[in-house]
Amino acid sequence: MKKIVNDPADVVADALRGLAAAHPGLLRVTEDPAVVARADAPVRGKVAVVSGGGSGHEPLHTGFVGPGMLDAACPGAVFTSPTPDQVQAAVSQVDGGAGILLVVKNYTGDVLNFETAAELLAADGVDVRTVVIDDDVAVQDSLYTAGRRGVGGTVPLEKIVGAAAEAGADLDTCERLAGTVIANTRSMGMALTAPTVPHVGEPSFTLAGDEMEVGIGIHGEPGRRRAALADANGIVTALLDPILSDLPFTEGDRVLLFTNSMGGTPLLELYLAHGIAERRLAERGIAVERRLVGPFITSLEMQGMSLTMLRLDDELLRWWDAPVHTPALRWGL
Amino acid sequence: MPCDAAAVAAAIRAAAAVITTHRDELVRLDQAIGDADHGENLERGFGFVVSSLDGEVPDNPGAVLKLVATTLISKVGGAAGPLYGTAFLRAATALGDAPVLTPESVAAALRAAVGGVVARGKAEVGDKTMVDALTPAADAAEQTAAVAGELAEVLRAAADAAEAGAESTVPLIARKGRASYLGERSVGHLDPGARSSALLLRSFADSAAGA
Repeated sequence: MKKIVNDPADVVADALRGLAAAHPGLLRVTEDPAVVARADAPVRGKVAVVSGGGSGHEPLHTGFVGPGMLDAACPGAVFTSPTPDQVQAAVSQVDGGAGILLVVKNYTGDVLNFETAAELLAADGVDVRTVVIDDDVAVQDSLYTAGRRGVGGTVPLEKIVGAAAEAGADLDTCERLAGTVIANTRSMGMALTAPTVPHVGEPSFTLAGDEMEVGIGIHGEPGRRRAALADANGIVTALLDPILSDLPFTEGDRVLLFTNSMGGTPLLELYLAHGIAERRLAERGIAVERRLVGPFITSLEMQGMSLTMLRLDDELLRWWDAPVHTPALRWGL
Repeated sequence: MPCDAAAVAAAIRAAAAVITTHRDELVRLDQAIGDADHGENLERGFGFVVSSLDGEVPDNPGAVLKLVATTLISKVGGAAGPLYGTAFLRAATALGDAPVLTPESVAAALRAAVGGVVARGKAEVGDKTMVDALTPAADAAEQTAAVAGELAEVLRAAADAAEAGAESTVPLIARKGRASYLGERSVGHLDPGARSSALLLRSFADSAAGA
């Protein structure tokens, strides 16, 4: 393993110190339990939006803390959900008295820990609601799985709900808006290489030079199927078709298209893939009204990409366009 | 020798050492069908448990297990933290403030622990999870306790059943947890949570036999 680390056991704590140093005035980083909060929290009278998850997906979630998006993020160990006491600590830092919205990605560990935290917070009289995003079409949503994973759709969800909360929307409105985003978002990812978890020291799986993993998650867990390596056209088709047929997206839909790098795929390739996806959608009469291209929800250094599509309406568009000031997303200021 | 708080604390320390010994094995099992964090997280969690036992010595077995539970819940994260934490918490509640363990109380505590894991994780036998190890272990513990087995025999029966139960996960298709995303590709792999449950019970049985 070759990585820019000292002790692999300290990777998350060391990185958080660097994050704090990089964004003074914007973020307030506390340790033990680890919480990244916006520097001006709590904002009185505002719904606080709190998320979190395992580390290794940066900039998700810590890079999305700031005005117009998250009030706080709880970074767990690499690929491991945060603990209930982290969530409680985050809420105590950002509770502005208008309620708390917890944004959770649908994984067994994340749901269990946030569920426990929400119970403890409710017992303390905090008005807390939980929304769970499960946008990954690679997983069958059935009694026989843990349900669909929360992946790329988490980024527009946090942006849109965070913008509404910043503008003064109440907790009911934020919760309803989250439901709308979740219902209209679908994603699919693939990998060319595996990530290496620092404390493991070797790649999470092995792929031959002529193979790719389709339907990958963001934790180095293998995907739904292994396939022969395709060119960019084939890869985009393998991701886009299941997304389009699942919602389904149809002619006349207005969408946000989010082309995401899993960490190791360079922007040159990502823009190449994004261009193909835009052409495919244009052919189907689907109007791409907003775009996001880059590494925003990653799996360490994994090479690969994911596509996320969100069907937009005027309300979602308005909150997507609203000002945001975070380490990873910044516009409208 | 009666199995009091000190003996239970010693058994927990021994179990922590077993987890450390098997850390890499658990990581490899999880790497195959999950996200490679199970061994790391359990070792980290039991490390914190040992530290908290250094700080204070609770005065009955139930209180020791409650300390284990709250430490795992607050320090581990992932699925293993809340699931093992709930298991130890339910076991602690079942034991109450009794000063020593009995064969019957251990069987009842194990049954309560399984109930907690099932309630939290919503898994059933056959879903390829730790429930596949823990449920037969609780059955075996109750059967052995019912025929007046000693504490060490009850735990040995539980450990034997847990190991067999863990092995039974190999041909199964995972239906819960991260391995369920793999569908049929999860077949042929031992479930890491079932394996760690069997390791813990074997360690407790060894401690009871040596006590």
